[in-house]
Amino acid sequence: MTTVNWDNELLGGQVVERGESLGRRLVRSPRMIVGLTVTGFVVLLAFAGPLVAPHNPNALLGRPYQPPGQFALGTDYLGRDVLSRVLNGGRTVVWMATAAATLGMVSGVGVGLMAGYLRSRLDTWLMRAMEVLQAFPIIILVLLVISMVGTRPWLVVVVVAIGWTPQVARVTRGITLEVVERDFVRIQEVLGAPTRRILVREILPNLASPLLVEFALRVTWSVAVVAALSFIGFGIQPPTADWGLMINENRSAIAIQPWAILAPILCIGLLTVGVTLIAEALALELAGTKRRTVER
Amino acid sequence: MADESGLSTAIVADHGARMREGRPGVGPMWIVKRLGFGLVILWFVATLVFIATQLLPGDAARAVVGRGSPTELAAIRRELGLDHSLIEQYGHWLRNLVEGNLGVSLATRDPVGTIIGPALRNSLILLGLAAGIALPLGVVLGFRAAARHNKILDHSLMGISLVFTALPEFVVGLALVMVFSTNVFALLPAVTNPTGDPLAQPAQLVLPVSTLVLASMPYIFRLARASMIEVLASDYIAMARLKGLGERRVMWHHAARNALVPPIQASAIILVYLLSGVVVVEYVFSYPGLGSALLTSVSARDVPTIQAIVIVFAAGIVLFNLAADALTILVTPRLRTAQA
Amino acid sequence: MKMADVTGGTTTSAFHGLAVEGLHVALGRDNAPIVRGISFSVNSGEILGLVGESGSGKTTLAMALLGYARSGARIVGGSVKVRGEELLGLSWNDQRRLRGDVIAYVPQDPATALNPALRIGDQLSEVLAVHEPETGRSQRVARTRSLLGDVGLPSDASFLRRFPHQTSGGQQQRIVLAMAMLTRPAALILDEPTTGLDVTTQAGVLRTIRTLCKSYQVAAVYITHDLAVVAELAERVLVLYAGRMTELAATREIFEQPAHPYTARLTAAIPDLFQPRLLSAIPGSPPALGHHQPGCVFAPRCQMRVTTCEEEDPIFEAVAAGHYSRCHRSTEVRPELGEMLVQAPPNPAATQALSVRDLTVSYGQVRVLDGVCLDVRSGECVALVGESGSGKTTLANAIVGLVRPDDGHVALDGRAVSPRARERTAAQRRALQYVFQNPYASLNPRHTVARIVASPLYIFQRLSRRDVDRQVAAALERVTLPRGVAEKYPDQLSGGERQRVAIARALVCDPQVLICDEVTSALDVSVQAAIVNELLALQRESAFALLFITHNLALVRSTAQRIAVMRAGQIVDDGRTDDVLTASGVSRYTKQLREDTPSLSKSRAQRGSLREHTTAAAPRYSSGSTRDLSHG
Repeated sequence: MTTVNWDNELLGGQVVERGESLGRRLVRSPRMIVGLTVTGFVVLLAFAGPLVAPHNPNALLGRPYQPPGQFALGTDYLGRDVLSRVLNGGRTVVWMATAAATLGMVSGVGVGLMAGYLRSRLDTWLMRAMEVLQAFPIIILVLLVISMVGTRPWLVVVVVAIGWTPQVARVTRGITLEVVERDFVRIQEVLGAPTRRILVREILPNLASPLLVEFALRVTWSVAVVAALSFIGFGIQPPTADWGLMINENRSAIAIQPWAILAPILCIGLLTVGVTLIAEALALELAGTKRRTVER
Repeated sequence: MADESGLSTAIVADHGARMREGRPGVGPMWIVKRLGFGLVILWFVATLVFIATQLLPGDAARAVVGRGSPTELAAIRRELGLDHSLIEQYGHWLRNLVEGNLGVSLATRDPVGTIIGPALRNSLILLGLAAGIALPLGVVLGFRAAARHNKILDHSLMGISLVFTALPEFVVGLALVMVFSTNVFALLPAVTNPTGDPLAQPAQLVLPVSTLVLASMPYIFRLARASMIEVLASDYIAMARLKGLGERRVMWHHAARNALVPPIQASAIILVYLLSGVVVVEYVFSYPGLGSALLTSVSARDVPTIQAIVIVFAAGIVLFNLAADALTILVTPRLRTAQA
Repeated sequence: MKMADVTGGTTTSAFHGLAVEGLHVALGRDNAPIVRGISFSVNSGEILGLVGESGSGKTTLAMALLGYARSGARIVGGSVKVRGEELLGLSWNDQRRLRGDVIAYVPQDPATALNPALRIGDQLSEVLAVHEPETGRSQRVARTRSLLGDVGLPSDASFLRRFPHQTSGGQQQRIVLAMAMLTRPAALILDEPTTGLDVTTQAGVLRTIRTLCKSYQVAAVYITHDLAVVAELAERVLVLYAGRMTELAATREIFEQPAHPYTARLTAAIPDLFQPRLLSAIPGSPPALGHHQPGCVFAPRCQMRVTTCEEEDPIFEAVAAGHYSRCHRSTEVRPELGEMLVQAPPNPAATQALSVRDLTVSYGQVRVLDGVCLDVRSGECVALVGESGSGKTTLANAIVGLVRPDDGHVALDGRAVSPRARERTAAQRRALQYVFQNPYASLNPRHTVARIVASPLYIFQRLSRRDVDRQVAAALERVTLPRGVAEKYPDQLSGGERQRVAIARALVCDPQVLICDEVTSALDVSVQAAIVNELLALQRESAFALLFITHNLALVRSTAQRIAVMRAGQIVDDGRTDDVLTASGVSRYTKQLREDTPSLSKSRAQRGSLREHTTAAAPRYSSGSTRDLSHG
């Protein structure tokens, strides 16, 4: 039995009125602003790019590896306009990464919730299965599947999503376990509320913020995986314009026409850094809120 | 969970969950159990791999022989054991595996072992160097940063590390190549000599290892920093200070032990992450390691080699996890001893 | 505030005790004061009790006495002298040398104060290694072991090799005490060291503290919110409110002739084992930090306030020899004990609302509940008293359906109910409600108060939105919460308010049985009094059966008609409150509990022996040399 003096006078004066919602606080966070701007810019580029590209990305318009001049960013190894290819090259990465992250979250949260709340034998087996799954690095998993069936975008998305499931499930389960032991959940059990109601109304809202952070992280890593796949040649196939693919294609002339790979590198870099900043901003606010709640 | 570095949420939450599960009373029995479980996982993985490769469309025999006469096809089939039932093939394969017979490459007709052996060694060199630098350095820097956090240096370190955790490895690798090898300076080789021993020309190792280090160290750094910040804010550290202990003793004798646990847990994840990194990095630098071998064999649909490499990876991961768990328990007295 | 310049004696350099003057600690960038103008002195061998509730700043003060401020807070001014040596204003390194050596600290929660990764022997002897480096290793070990013996712990090598988690709470507290005493400090600051300990363990630790302080001639400051403990331990008492000193006097005087309304009310809020009184609560709550309003800090909650109190801040001055108070009307303050309660005879017509028969629960091999039988009638309050490990929470969990018993059953209104809550009928679940101990964990932080209170309604009934709102408003009113609370979130409420919300949620469906599991243990004494009184009033209104679980035997005197004492899974005594608490026919365990429970009225009788050791000297204020930056 511990009788603890809950009211910590030290932080009593620092309590933030909860009326100031998470959303409003986030908007003031510099990381969030920068992250949203950068990400927004790149996403816009990816989706609106094809509409404003000056040339056909697949058209052979100039000599190979022309430095910037006639064409804003020069040409690539076949003589195609780099700028147009960059503007066309983002869609695949962005949609595949987002889809993979979303699917991964859905399955991971489902598994994690069940394992955390039910805490029965199902839990042990589920988590053991997750451990098995985690024995594969994502890329290896994807390569294995690709070696069987060939490169199919949707398949890659699904496999990557499966690859994220164990990690998301672990995090979800961890938080669920902690929340489930709290008294406000037990009171619902005393009242006899149905399990589904408890999961959805009591537990899920407490998972929302950490899961949002997790989602942002998944998107970053999905972008990295999808781009890497294209880079090593197992993603989108030529002649489609794709950032990862472009980087690989134009590698050999890195010294004479760096823009052919610098441009797609910048795009990928900005995207990943932007999303990570968003994740960081979310996580910091989350940690701040928790501290305020607990140490009042 | 006063987690200020944000990105460590996953690790710290996971660590919390594991602590709650509490495996009390650990001893040699636990190691045996864990090893046993590791073997089970490995068996699962091997089975999955077998099933997966069995689903390969097309005829393996034909893939080897191409257009051959029916008798040649039949001969290959018998040689590959394709004329037996699936279960028999599985048993056969499993037995081979246990005996260490990894089969014969479909592409080069060499025993898979001879292909993988040197590749494994090369990759281990890369990984060993990278982890050997990134892990200790990340932890020490993270602890130092935690002691003086919220100063300018700390903020910039955090910013830099955020950027590097975000960037994919091949981007980092290529950026390094551009700066040190081709466009800015011309100090280091951009690709590895495919024949011969990478160790013979150590300069070749610098860029690949640096890429891996830059890809993983920031993560450890942030985690160690967050963990140490939380430990430094704890009651027992306040008590140590109130006892009049000097800061150095407080940091390294009292705090470090406790702050090490999340990074140790994370190092298993980091190593897994490094393993996928290795594949990409080896491709960027044409480094003759296991990753390159995997890529080659996937392109060639060289099933036995693919199987073998995937299993090797999985075995490595299981081992890493085991080591991390064992280390965690060593460092956490509560998990080591039985409850009073 | 102009500090009283009392020349009751000067601090000489030969003064070996603790002398504090004008201590001022502030928080954050805008320097919101946490404590200010703290001045007192403690002689060697004397124990000063420092009493304060939450919001009083006592923990901050405790650390400031060692020159330490937690992050965000800063010591703005004042002086702390131990053995004539000034502590504040020294460099960090010099302060460090004195900390743990000349002035030591005993923390509130020993479990978190001990490093889980280091062995106990290590953590003990390092104090000597750092402060007395000339002592050799074997000598350090020898001294450590001898001190462990002094505090009543085993002193063998195997104990030294243990880790903190391998020791009990009481042992941990003694370890931490030994850690502080190893260097024979001149001053000792004890920060609520017995909070969280069982009454019997607490009694033992208090005895140890008293003996050690006397024999080592240490000047001790014992910080607590528990006036009863202070009454038994300290020679003088200093009362702290909102970061200011409000009253300082010898122990006996402060209780029998209080000179400040807060002290008087606080005394009246404390339950006493030997006095079945109505507990009096203090309305309102302490002011938040950094709120400077003109006038007396306590005025908003004071029932004796007049206009002067709201305009002018009173001065801390003497009202009698050695007795100081900060109040405009200090001479008019009288002790205000609540009226004596007369136990009503049990109503024979009342039905058996809850009955437990032969309940047995085991966790693995351990028998947590062993054939427990209990009855609660409607309109009756039965207290279940037990210390930690007695099984009382398991009993509550079993009654409520969270734990499946191995044997026995629970009956509501004469009819047996299923062991698991899910399998009970809606009517049964509605009839039995539960309030948890921890007000900070029993409310979903993501829901508004209205939603929390309404949740049983959604489970049991199909009401229109307007009906739900109406019932919620009614429930909130019954627990005396203001209307606006319904839209707030839990983290905007204080502990007492949250507990009221939890009670409102339990009562919204009109239960027949209410189980309260240590609902006031985490609350301040004055808030506890309020909640308890409200619960009893609600019970009189609705005539539900109340099972009040607590470890606080004294609290039971003022609340329950019947008591059941529980120990190691069994009910050892069961009867009317008066009988169990006074008669001699009870078990030895209960008798021991009665003896170990601190009480104001008991210590009044014993105070004669304490007084032999004190010289009711006036506190010494030095004239001059202070850097007093405290302001009004």
